[in-house]
Amino acid sequence: MFRKLPTAWLQLRHQKVRLLVALSGVIFSVVIVFMQLGIRDALFNSSVRFHEGLQGDCFLISPRSTSLIAMQSFPERRLLQPLAFDEVQFVSPIYLGFAQWKNPETRDYWRNIFIIGIDLRHQPVDFSNVIENLDQLKIPDQVLFDQDSRSEFGPIASDFQQGKVIQTEVGNQGSNRKVKVVGLFKLGTSFGSDGNLLTSHLNFLRIFNNRQKGFIDVGLIKLKPGTDVKKFTDRLSKYLPKDVKIMSKQEFIEFEKNYWQSSTAIGFIFNLGVALGIIVGIVVVYQILYTNVSEHLSQYATLKAIGYRHNYLLSMVLQQAFFIAVLGYIPGLLITVIQYEFTKKATLLPVIMTSERALFVFFATLAMCFLSGMTAVHKLKAADPADIF
Amino acid sequence: MESVISIRSLNHYFGKDPLKKQVLFDINLDVHAGEIIILTGPSGSGKTTLLSLIGGLRSVQEGRLRSMEYELHRANEEKLVQVRRHIGYIFQAHNLLPFMTVQQNVQMSIELHQNFCLKEARKKSEAILTEVGLGERIHYYPNNLSGGQKQRVAIARALVNHPKLVLADEPTAALDSKSGRDVVNLMQRLAKEQGCTILLVTHDNRILDIADRIIHMEDGQLR
Repeated sequence: MFRKLPTAWLQLRHQKVRLLVALSGVIFSVVIVFMQLGIRDALFNSSVRFHEGLQGDCFLISPRSTSLIAMQSFPERRLLQPLAFDEVQFVSPIYLGFAQWKNPETRDYWRNIFIIGIDLRHQPVDFSNVIENLDQLKIPDQVLFDQDSRSEFGPIASDFQQGKVIQTEVGNQGSNRKVKVVGLFKLGTSFGSDGNLLTSHLNFLRIFNNRQKGFIDVGLIKLKPGTDVKKFTDRLSKYLPKDVKIMSKQEFIEFEKNYWQSSTAIGFIFNLGVALGIIVGIVVVYQILYTNVSEHLSQYATLKAIGYRHNYLLSMVLQQAFFIAVLGYIPGLLITVIQYEFTKKATLLPVIMTSERALFVFFATLAMCFLSGMTAVHKLKAADPADIF
Repeated sequence: MESVISIRSLNHYFGKDPLKKQVLFDINLDVHAGEIIILTGPSGSGKTTLLSLIGGLRSVQEGRLRSMEYELHRANEEKLVQVRRHIGYIFQAHNLLPFMTVQQNVQMSIELHQNFCLKEARKKSEAILTEVGLGERIHYYPNNLSGGQKQRVAIARALVNHPKLVLADEPTAALDSKSGRDVVNLMQRLAKEQGCTILLVTHDNRILDIADRIIHMEDGQLR
């Protein structure tokens, strides 16, 4: 058997404290990078949970709308025009807006809540628990409450499950309206909204009594099964004037994500966080490897003097980089999984570990440690065997 | 008799042009197989420089230097690596790797040669360590050994591959007189057994008696 001594590992293991410092540096940066990526993706995913629950194939919005939290309304008649096409099964208007919610417990705590108004004739949305409660929305001033809303809105979900009657006020530009919570559904918070209410479009217009009837925020078009969505949207965009924007469901989702990614500071901030995490890792690992090399220069020079090649020393340092990367990544991953659970509870954002992200961060960690290793080996040139006599 | 080292008109300089300083002047020397040669002289006389040139640790600038079968004038790095692998080195500071046991330190030297197998390498390192009197301590780390013991490990490391040539630089300088004596006796015994040539640089007058030939060096010249 031809097996050589694991020189690199023996050296690394020899100084346990130093190894721990190096590992904690890597763990730190692995966790930072994971958290940044996790929260960023959770933001993007949470901002499109609404879109994903929409039961349509094709959507109309005003060209002046930028994202769900900044919608401009457009005339409902634009949504009726597509009915001229045979492929269309139904169309349904969706109204969106922010109003102030009074916490029924503290009574004076007003907070913005996102209100979704839908036409009950069709079932345009499919959030969990919605379908069975839709009928109750036919009665004026009854609403469904998102049980995943932030706790600042009050203990609505638990009160409701205990059978209490929940009545509060929703305010819009000075005019308040009493509403009654008659059911719960699940949508979840996003960076834009802390809580959600779902109600009929008529109830919606009762709350937003300053809004003109006939102006909607999103037009949902359901196509008959087997229709080519791409072809239909192309035809529809030729048919309709330019004062509405036509998108497939996927485009609508991308549109929303793109808003957060490119036209807010959020995408940039998270990418910056990732970069900082990686820089911290590079610096710590570099420091450790560099001290390892410079403290052991005479020993490296001895190895050269007894006939080891320069490449052997290079591979020793790079192997150490590899060990540090792998040994730091594994606990980093475990800590992250725990952290994700905490974050999910604290923010109600869908922060989850995906295998793609786990792999991506693993390779980023390897790259980070090799980069440090490559920088540290420059010092090896100083290992001159002629100096040790 | 076959010569292991043959040096003709060797000059050596340190530094670049304006500050260039000659440290070796017209060295001529032949060392024969099996000889033990002691090189003495005051500090700064160029002994160590000469030793490092013979050992392939520096490249030869001027003159001819043959170390075993290798001609070292203008030798490239690869050739120097080959020469080094055929020489046993013993340094003043023992230069053992602190993160390896004594046995592993010796094994590092065995691993340089092809076709070793782990079992054999272990056996060989154990055998030589027993010979230098450390058979009981092969799993110790160097830091737990005394200076004399460390130096004996260094000798084991240098001799385990049966090199034709052993270069030693002040091997006794850091040792008390008894351990120093033990170390040179050991070197002498093993060298005679293996039939290798020893070139030893020293200040230490107490060990001059082991030499077959003593060469004195002063101001970069052999006297």
